[in-house]
Amino acid sequence: MDNLSFENHIMKQFDEELEEIRTQLMEMGGLVEEQLRLAIRAIEDADSAVAETVIARESQVDDMEMSIDERCTLIIARRQPAASDLRLIVSVMRAVSDLERIGDEAQKVAKLAITLTEEGKSPSGYVEVRHIGQRVLLMLHAALDAFARFDSAAALETLKQDEQIDLEYKSAVRELVTYMMEDPRSITRVINILWVIRALERIGDHTKNLCEQIVFVVHGRDIRHGNE
Amino acid sequence: MANSEMIESVNNVSESGTERQTVGASFCDDPKFSIRNASVFYAEKQAIFDVSVDIARHEVIAMIGPSGCGKSTFLRSLNRMNDTVEDCRVEGGFHLDGQDIYQDNMDVVALRAQVGMVFQKPNPFPKSIYENVAYGPRIHGLADSRVDLDEIVEDSLRRASLWDEVKDRLHQPGTGLSGGQQQRLCIARTIAVNPEVILMDEPCSALDPIATARIEELIEELSQNFTIAIVTHSMQQAARVSSRTAYFHLGELIEVNPTEMVFTTPEHELTEAYITGRFG
Repeated sequence: MDNLSFENHIMKQFDEELEEIRTQLMEMGGLVEEQLRLAIRAIEDADSAVAETVIARESQVDDMEMSIDERCTLIIARRQPAASDLRLIVSVMRAVSDLERIGDEAQKVAKLAITLTEEGKSPSGYVEVRHIGQRVLLMLHAALDAFARFDSAAALETLKQDEQIDLEYKSAVRELVTYMMEDPRSITRVINILWVIRALERIGDHTKNLCEQIVFVVHGRDIRHGNE
Repeated sequence: MANSEMIESVNNVSESGTERQTVGASFCDDPKFSIRNASVFYAEKQAIFDVSVDIARHEVIAMIGPSGCGKSTFLRSLNRMNDTVEDCRVEGGFHLDGQDIYQDNMDVVALRAQVGMVFQKPNPFPKSIYENVAYGPRIHGLADSRVDLDEIVEDSLRRASLWDEVKDRLHQPGTGLSGGQQQRLCIARTIAVNPEVILMDEPCSALDPIATARIEELIEELSQNFTIAIVTHSMQQAARVSSRTAYFHLGELIEVNPTEMVFTTPEHELTEAYITGRFG
């Protein structure tokens, strides 16, 4: 049952409805990815204006979450989806919730970018942010790409990246602790950097959830929480 | 499947030559009904192709599939209702508790009491509510006295969740009841003769949603004491009431699996196509 298709229902309208929520999910994914990209850039370039853009657009992400959720609820009520159709709806509803959380974390990063910009001063810790940020961005992009193609092999591959991100997060924390010990005056600032990489690490977790949902759609297997 | 572990099925190649095997969990230990290589013909036309499946004790097994897929024909072969159809020929093994129901000296009337049937259209006898239920036990000699018979009637009507609605008008015609009540009366009539298996052929397709819900609730209760095989056109109904679902397609048994699996992750692509509404 690996050849997924959400077309050819006797009710053509059902095909369209499923296509619609897929399209919307991809739009939301694109928006969230862009939010994350800008939030990281705001930190790197110490650019408050970019950060403000991210904060302003956060409500769009929330709106999309609610809109997709509502469509899914309607499909359940009207079509009583089964099998792969049902799995698609369930996974989309879970995915939008993770995407929304990613949006929240991106907004958090943007807010911290403004604080950090206002403080000015040394760029210690930015290397870590850039490094983890790039990794998380790549992972999110790969996950959304796999979702668009229902590519469970790619999803399983992408999912593994979370482990690497966790490792880098831990090592960055150690590094930042050293900065703080070396220069206690930097503590406030470094803690803000810590919040940033913490947010990025959480985004990695949510992205992993997205990958797990792809496996659920394609194979009907629930691999969350280490289930094989 | 409380009491029996399902075993992966490996059916034989069907006689139609299409090398199609039933996928899923067709067989169980100590089945109530055991069907092997069943084929049913109407004159020259074959309606069922080499179906093998077990029905476990006290399970509710739902049979689904597009019109003409053979699910009703299959159901009717389980209590030899097909005997009444001219030119109908049944092949293969049908064993109820190990006994071949198609053997020559089988008492078909007794079999149909043991394996009762509820039809699509409620069909009460043109008699009183009481007589509808009492008729079976009386002809099968299940009651020694009027008191016994009263008890059986009350008990059957209670088990069919109809007693409270009819206890004050037992001697009025059964045909005066609403459609849903008539269907429950037919169920009471079926269980009055102490069957072991109840076959239901689209028992709710003539009923409104409330009456349907009552029957579904009843099926759930009856499964405590009876083995139930139900043919239904409503996939949601199969999903709601059954523990296993069998999917028939063009006379072949395509898949048998636990119901929760069939409706979330069916094994066969034909099952998937059917339950997601991609062909009919």
